[in-house]
Amino acid sequence: MLRDITLGQYYQTDSVIHKLDPRVKLVATICFIVSLFVVKSWVGYVAAAVFLAVMIRLSNVPFKYMVKGMKAIVFILLITVVFNLFLTPGETLVSLWKLRITREGLQLAVMMAVRLSFLIVGSSVMTLTTTPNSLTDGMEKLMRPLKIFRVPVHEVAMMMSIALRFIPILLEETDKIMKAQIARGADFESGNLIKKAKAMVPLLVPLFISAFRRANDLAMAMEARCYRGGEHRTKMKPLKYASRDRIAYGVLAAYFALCIAIRIYL
Amino acid sequence: MSIILDHVNYVYGGDTALAVHALKDINLVIPDGQFIGLIGHTGSGKSTLVQHLNGLLRPTGGNIYYNGEDIHAADYDKKKLRSKVGLVFQYPEHQLFEIDVFSDVCFGPKNLGLSRQETELRAYAALKQVGLEDAYFYQSPFDLSGGQKRRVAIAGVLAMKPDVLVLDEPTAGLDPKGRDEILDQIAKLKEETGITVILVSHSMEDVAKYVERIIVMNRGSVMYDGAPKEVFAHYRELEQVGLAAPQVTYIMQALHESGMPVGTDATTIREAKGEILKALGKE
Repeated sequence: MLRDITLGQYYQTDSVIHKLDPRVKLVATICFIVSLFVVKSWVGYVAAAVFLAVMIRLSNVPFKYMVKGMKAIVFILLITVVFNLFLTPGETLVSLWKLRITREGLQLAVMMAVRLSFLIVGSSVMTLTTTPNSLTDGMEKLMRPLKIFRVPVHEVAMMMSIALRFIPILLEETDKIMKAQIARGADFESGNLIKKAKAMVPLLVPLFISAFRRANDLAMAMEARCYRGGEHRTKMKPLKYASRDRIAYGVLAAYFALCIAIRIYL
Repeated sequence: MSIILDHVNYVYGGDTALAVHALKDINLVIPDGQFIGLIGHTGSGKSTLVQHLNGLLRPTGGNIYYNGEDIHAADYDKKKLRSKVGLVFQYPEHQLFEIDVFSDVCFGPKNLGLSRQETELRAYAALKQVGLEDAYFYQSPFDLSGGQKRRVAIAGVLAMKPDVLVLDEPTAGLDPKGRDEILDQIAKLKEETGITVILVSHSMEDVAKYVERIIVMNRGSVMYDGAPKEVFAHYRELEQVGLAAPQVTYIMQALHESGMPVGTDATTIREAKGEILKALGKE
């Protein structure tokens, strides 16, 4: 029942994008998002669309997986479009009762819709092609300069990877406890909201206890192996830029320059 | 009055590429009052099988009948079934949640909608059945030792007065003393109440001493089903699937091969002792 939830929606296949260094993908995603807000003309959006389409093609991930991420934001998308459509002052195109659709509103609404959906699909390309663990690795390495400002970069990255690692374990545990309580006649489905909330107690208490126990065990196991934070810690597979990563940075720089050029000259 | 499994199949993971065929065409009849040992290697499908007995899992093929009624029929009362077929999960102490032992054991009967008095009577009786002393009744279940927690958890299922008690690896993680205590308690309970008990285990040693019928699972199928003596006669085949007959079986086999006139079907130390004494003419 709970197994159906997927988090860290990595799609396993072999592609150029999959092989890229996670740092490249992180930087590229950020650049792509920024570029969406840099360009303001149709030409710019066409450029972004082409760039995105090429990336999706290269990633070998079926398009329907990209669109899956859109489901979560359909509501936000709708609200944005509706508000921009009706509430932007300007030259009236159509008026219905007290509502007016303006030319500027229409433009803005379409622009926002395009921006938001590109943003989501763009970040999906990253999460679909990068395992959660290499993503945290990449983040740790990228954020290393922040150490100067005393940001505990390694610790944050470690916490993220532990959290990601434990999601499936805790889901399995939830499933098990739920079944055990159902076997004792518990009912998680029927009843009103208060009754349902009360029914969660026999599930949540054992789950929290088990989470704390696991956390304790893990901390003990890490300390037993002399873990003491990020200082002087080396990696078995350190991230290293390969030539394909340099090429990717080149392509990215070209795309970004193009976007800026479009903004200035068109 | 029995449980019947008719061509039961179960596939995990639906129709994805990761689908696992956990149960393959299982046909079993479990009559009332039997003491059954369900044995199998890790991943043989025994835990999956027992979750079918009280309707927690729905077979992807085949039917399960309890007392002649299909348990997955639309109008079948599953809640009632779960009170009749009590299932104690592996590491059942992980499901404890109440502030004290007694209220935790009350959880099951309370869910059945019984009166407060009846609930408490049953909880008390169940705690007595698993041999927990009164002094622990109002302590937090989290302050108890591992073996005591497990007793409380088993009592939590017993308090629903099941006709069939299924225990999934009730001795996992216990020391030899705790293991023997729990198993003895279960055997005693079986004797006193006459309920059907299904003991899931991967240890032949554990079950040989108590059960009257052994079902061996291997890779989702029933490999052997019969009295302990019959099953252990296949000790070589059992070894091949990662199981082993009790040590006495090996000793008796070795004695027999070395020329001593002993029967080889002893499964407990007591039986073996009798056989050897008989062979030596000192009965």
